[in-house]
Amino acid sequence: MSNLKQIDQELLPILKGVSDPEIPVLSIVDMGVVRSAKLEDNNHVKVEITPTYSGCPAMDVIGDDVKKALSDQGYQPQVKLILSPAWTTDWMTDEAKQALKEYGIAPPMDASADKAALLGQKKVVKCPQCGSKNTTLISQFASTACKAMFKCDDCQEPFDYFKCLT
Amino acid sequence: MTNQNLIKYIYGIADNALILGQRISELCGHGPTLETDIAMTNIALDLLGQTRSYYQYIAELSKEDITEDDVAFLRKEREYLNVLLVEQPNTDFAHVITRQYFFDEFHFRFLEQLQESQNVNLQAIAKKSIKEVAYHRQFSRDWVKRLGDGTEVSHEKIQLAVSNLWPYTNELFMTTNDDVAAINSNHGIDVSGLKNDYFNQVAEVLNEATLKIPDLDFFQKGGKKGIHTEHMGFILSDLQYMQRTYPNMKW
Repeated sequence: MSNLKQIDQELLPILKGVSDPEIPVLSIVDMGVVRSAKLEDNNHVKVEITPTYSGCPAMDVIGDDVKKALSDQGYQPQVKLILSPAWTTDWMTDEAKQALKEYGIAPPMDASADKAALLGQKKVVKCPQCGSKNTTLISQFASTACKAMFKCDDCQEPFDYFKCLT
Repeated sequence: MTNQNLIKYIYGIADNALILGQRISELCGHGPTLETDIAMTNIALDLLGQTRSYYQYIAELSKEDITEDDVAFLRKEREYLNVLLVEQPNTDFAHVITRQYFFDEFHFRFLEQLQESQNVNLQAIAKKSIKEVAYHRQFSRDWVKRLGDGTEVSHEKIQLAVSNLWPYTNELFMTTNDDVAAINSNHGIDVSGLKNDYFNQVAEVLNEATLKIPDLDFFQKGGKKGIHTEHMGFILSDLQYMQRTYPNMKW
């Protein structure tokens, strides 16, 4: 479910330039965190953002970064945090998933594969370093609320997996 | 339903998340292994995030000019309406896991129903939170089974935790006057309706974990009406210390 239609074309490049402070390779637009951005009279801009997880500590920073990026371009931004509809990993673009992988974080899979992986039933999560599926779940929770911890049994590297949230 | 009914109803939900979140936060850096430490602090973060959403809504509903911080930090003990279960101490890892499991199994069912609330704010918070709570429940359920069906020592420890915490389970399904007002106006949900399914599921998991359910007729209650166990004062003195010492301080 793309949200790109809800973002005014003129504002899109500016918002694409704002990244997630915890995963700097990801733009907040590709993450699906920006739900809408509308240009109104007199350069006023209304932006709606939604958190990935309720306790996501990055939200305040993202809000401030959006305001700064827009103010720097002469806009008068207003940022609103919305909860509904709730964020899902389905909103991440393919671009975002590719960026995650290159950054060393295994991107979220579809819901059923994800469940099997996080229950440790099936070896389906691919190591972002060597591509092997011979990986083991270490913990369902990792360095941030949105990730789980895995290790690769072939190249022996530990890595983060971005958990599916649907 | 009055505005005051609704506010107190939301306190009943939010305070559970705050106090349990605070309790687990105490463990940050003290978990038995790095992975469980990180997992527990992740869960605490989710719960505190959920609490903020509820408290922001309460601040909006309130006729006074208050913020989520006033609501979290400046109430008196009797004004917190969490169940007694969530304020029980972090005796050992077995108690931490058992308390978490007993709450998660309830929390998931509660949010499942709250998604149907006619109140759009509560509905949105429920739809957001339930995705997180699904992971909490999976974590605590797994650990109950691992400890119960683990070594002789782990079994003994978690059996003791189950016996100690069992008397606090029943309060989850009691309804207050504010609950009734919220149910009648389709804002709230009737927790008493979740009870059978809850106890069936818990029995199944405890059974798989080779744990015995205590044979009890007497259950503890009071938290939902603001009458807490002796632990609550200690939690609040920790939680409220900064705001009480330096009023109106900000980060």
